[in-house]
Amino acid sequence: MFRAAVIGDRDSIYGFASLGFEVNVVEQGEDPKQQFRRLCEGEYAVIYVTEAVASQVQAEIEHYKENQTPAIILIPGVTGNTGEGIASVKKSVEKAVGSDIIFND
Amino acid sequence: MANTQINPTRMELTRLKKKLTTATRGHKLLKDKRDELMRQFLDLVRENKMLREKVEQGIKNANKNFVLARAAMSKESLYTALLAPKQDISIDVSSKNIMSVDIPVFDIKTRTPDKNDIFSYGFAFTSSDLDDAVQSLSDILPDMLRLAEVEKSCQLMAAEIEKTRRRVNALEHVMIPETKEQIKYITMKLDENERSTQTRLMKVKDMMLKEAHGY
Repeated sequence: MFRAAVIGDRDSIYGFASLGFEVNVVEQGEDPKQQFRRLCEGEYAVIYVTEAVASQVQAEIEHYKENQTPAIILIPGVTGNTGEGIASVKKSVEKAVGSDIIFND
Repeated sequence: MANTQINPTRMELTRLKKKLTTATRGHKLLKDKRDELMRQFLDLVRENKMLREKVEQGIKNANKNFVLARAAMSKESLYTALLAPKQDISIDVSSKNIMSVDIPVFDIKTRTPDKNDIFSYGFAFTSSDLDDAVQSLSDILPDMLRLAEVEKSCQLMAAEIEKTRRRVNALEHVMIPETKEQIKYITMKLDENERSTQTRLMKVKDMMLKEAHGY
C-alpha cells in the first residue's frame, strides 16, 4: 500500500496535510536532497515537489524518471509558477518525437 | 561493410539470408510498435498538458486562499488547525501494459468516505478563508492524482519510444543494408567461382579432345 507525499517550503504545502498527504517541510536554507531521497526510497506512489525544491534535486528526479514508482510531479509553490512543470512535459515530448509539436502554439 | 571479413561460402550465405529475414521482420514489427506507441503517447501528452494547466491554476487559487487564511489567523493557530489531519490517502498501484511499457495505474483510497473530513479542525476558532482554501485544494485532488498517473506514463513512454526509434533506425540504416551488401558479395563471389570452374572444364575438354582425335 503506497502513500502520497508533498515536499516543499512550509507556506506552499501545509494545506495538503488536510487532504491526507504526508507533508515534508524543507526549511529555509536547508538542503532538501537527503529528505527527498528518503521519500523516493520509501513507500510513496506519488511525490509532489514544489518547483523551488525541484530545482535543487534535479539529479534525483532524473534518476527516478524511468522507474514505475514514485511518480515525481512538480507543482507551483506559493511564490508563483515558474513554468518548470510544463517544461518537463515539453521535455518528454521532445524526447519521444524529436521536436516539440504540442506546445508550440 | 567491406572491412569485415566474411567467408564466401554457401553456408555463410544461408546464414546471412536468414539473418536478413529476421532483421526485416524485426524492423517491421518495431516500426509498428513505434507508430502505435507514438499515437498513444500523443493522446496521453495532450491530456497531460490539459491536466497540468488545470492543476496549476487550481493550486494557484488554493494558494491564494491559503494566503488569505494566513492573513486572517495567527501562524500558530493556522498550523495547529492542520496539524492532525483526519483524512488519509493510500494508493494502490497496479500496472497496465501498453505496447510492452508498464505504466502505473493508481487506485486511490481515502480513510474515511466522508467528504467533510478534510476539515480537521473546529470551526469556532478558524477563519472561513481556511475552509475555502482547504475546499479548493480538495476540489483539485482528483485531477492532481490523475496528473501524476498521466505524467508518469508519459515519461515512461517517452523513454520507450526513444529506445524503439533507435532500434528501428539501427536496423533500417545499418543492419539491413550491411547484410544485403554481404549477401551480394557472397553471391557474386560464388557466381564468379562457378564461371571459372565452367571455363576450366571447357578448356580441359578441348585439350582432351585434341589429344584423343587430333583436332
